[in-house]
Amino acid sequence: MKNVMGIINMVNEPDQLEELTYHRNIASVPFAGRYRLIDFILSSMVNSGITNVGIFTHTKYRSLMDHLGSGKEWDLDRKRSGLFILPPMKEGLDPTNGDLQTLNAHRDYLHRSSEEYVLISRSYMVCNIDFNGLQEFHNDNKSDITVVYKETNDIDSFSTRIGMDDRGRVTSMWEPNASPYGNKVSMEMFFLKKSLLLDLIETSLAEGHHSLMKDAIRANIGRLNIYGYAYQGYLGIINTLNSYYRHSMNLLNPNVWRELFFKPGLIYTKIKDEAPTRHIDGGHTSNAMVANGCVIEGSVTNSILFRGVHICKGATVRNSIIMQNGVIHENTSIEHAIIDKDVVVKADRTLIGHERAPFIVVKRKVI
Amino acid sequence: MKNKECIAMLLAGGEGKRLGKLTKKIAKPAVFFGGKYRIIDFTLSNCTNSGIDTVGVLTQYHPLVLNHYIGIGKPWDLDRKEGGVSILPPFIKRKGGDWYKGTADAIYQNMDYIKQYNPEYVLIISGDHIYKMDYERMLRFHKEQKSDATIAVIEVKWKEVNRFGILSVDDNHRVTDFQEKPEETTSNLASMGVYIYTWKVLKQYLENDAAQSKSSHDFGKDIIPAMLNDGIQLTAYPFDGYWKDVGTIDSLWEANMDLLDEETTLNLNDRKWRIYSLNPNQPPQYIAASAVISNSLVNEGCMVFGEVRHSVLFYGVEIGQGSVIIDSVIMPNAKIGNNVTIYKAIVGEGSIIGDGSVVGSPDSNEVTLVGNHESIPSEFLSVKEQMGI
Repeated sequence: MKNVMGIINMVNEPDQLEELTYHRNIASVPFAGRYRLIDFILSSMVNSGITNVGIFTHTKYRSLMDHLGSGKEWDLDRKRSGLFILPPMKEGLDPTNGDLQTLNAHRDYLHRSSEEYVLISRSYMVCNIDFNGLQEFHNDNKSDITVVYKETNDIDSFSTRIGMDDRGRVTSMWEPNASPYGNKVSMEMFFLKKSLLLDLIETSLAEGHHSLMKDAIRANIGRLNIYGYAYQGYLGIINTLNSYYRHSMNLLNPNVWRELFFKPGLIYTKIKDEAPTRHIDGGHTSNAMVANGCVIEGSVTNSILFRGVHICKGATVRNSIIMQNGVIHENTSIEHAIIDKDVVVKADRTLIGHERAPFIVVKRKVI
Repeated sequence: MKNKECIAMLLAGGEGKRLGKLTKKIAKPAVFFGGKYRIIDFTLSNCTNSGIDTVGVLTQYHPLVLNHYIGIGKPWDLDRKEGGVSILPPFIKRKGGDWYKGTADAIYQNMDYIKQYNPEYVLIISGDHIYKMDYERMLRFHKEQKSDATIAVIEVKWKEVNRFGILSVDDNHRVTDFQEKPEETTSNLASMGVYIYTWKVLKQYLENDAAQSKSSHDFGKDIIPAMLNDGIQLTAYPFDGYWKDVGTIDSLWEANMDLLDEETTLNLNDRKWRIYSLNPNQPPQYIAASAVISNSLVNEGCMVFGEVRHSVLFYGVEIGQGSVIIDSVIMPNAKIGNNVTIYKAIVGEGSIIGDGSVVGSPDSNEVTLVGNHESIPSEFLSVKEQMGI
């Protein structure tokens, strides 16, 4: 896929991840044992042949910067193009400081990039997608803007739905949760000419607007040719705690595992050089996804362990997610919990949450 | 070029004949080990962790995989502006050229590489050993002893002395005798194939050795005996961690099994001394509800539906339902079908074991080897079973 630049837009992303995003932005929320949410869209872009990616950050992006580094894990440490991290010109969640303002503030970057097309997306769509088909579809339909959507009944995430006519033209976009219409969820990925994007930004700003999706794209549905492009693979829209937990648990289906991590390309992330996981005698693992560097002496069922987790003798972990470097001591029992990074749960504790309301432990806590 | 105090020369040209099918197309240092690594990862990581940032890797036998794997040294943090990793194959000179005739000759032919860094010391190591060692400490020892040559030694079992180069030392660590694979000896200190030389001394010996047509141009056979003969300061540096030469199928299998020993001194989880490796970007392992895993090392990208006991699984391995894997090493991307039984075996990279097959036998003393990319059709029985034994 040549002549296309990627933009990952983190300005005002809908975020109901509660404790998980107290100290990080949604893009850097750990997911699937070794990844951060942004890895999925970033890897999809790279695997599709995009070599110029601009990351428009907004708030709490320290851990994101650390994660992305020079972009070398995504093969984006390039002399020509590569990875560009574009921080906000103005901090804070002021509603008049929208993505249009941020994009405009970095218009030099957009101008200087030589690509004719832009693929602009959000950071929290867990998917594995080949955008080459999207570009072809866009050209075949002589589309002005093509939006990627997925037919799904995933209702507990915070997502925009689209309505389309028989020819695939988008006729409406509904506010998240504003209306129960249809099952076509917008993946918030827009493919368009860079010149059109710049034009939309300029016009909308002149009219006093702030939001790219609402004010520049949705407001122009009647005027522009906007088409919907269907994505067939696995999709997780991770912006609520419920969808985070549910989609994590979905990964324990081997078919989802095979599809999401391998087809059409691999998902890249920051490397930790952990050793293979040690399954010790007396330990028990069943229906679990386990990253490297773990030591399992206790029992793990229906759960996800991130890198470097230690489950001590007699500890039981069920239906839970334990993030990086967690240590669960002897005879502690954990059920329906999400345990953030670097947490130590001492011996003989019991933490029990509920499927619809998992027990959350914040980063670096000792219980 | 910037001067370096100490640079490393890593001998990676070994054919590894005794590893049979595993080294048919790759050099021994590139053979897989420990669920995630290739053998050479240990020495390259030791260099980085010891603060040695200039490493010349001498290759000769089937270098394609090894060259590609090492690349510019990124995984080991050896992609440096000054120094870093350099692959050094044999080359043609104005007056002809030749293959590396021995370990000493390999270094001799690359004196120009060494000279450009003008080092005071040269560390010579071999890419086919498994161990974690701080070369910086050894270098300090070399300096303290005012040594010309320091050889790292490890105590081996008395019955195994005939497999190693054995050194005798006096109370001041000074080497008094060196015997290559002796039948009888009074010492059990074996050379680990890790040397630090004061460069100007080594240079002299390499030049002298090269001029001798009868020499086999080998460090153990020629250079060390010559130094000993001349009575220069030759010291032994005692090392007491884990060290293993994985030159045979049996020792490769054993070294993998050693990792499963809870008391092992080769700790792969030590964050201060990580072993780096090229990352294959695999998702976390998936362990199904039907799986049973005990005392095993399992890497990312594995899918396990069957039973795995006392075994090592590399990335991308699949173990089907009803299969039982015991005391075995399954190399990357091998696909093990359903109801397969594997005992005491090394299953090569990318091999496919069909449903119902039996590989190896529970009462065999031998390690069964399935070569890289081999496939065993469904319900294949081992030779013994076909014969009804």
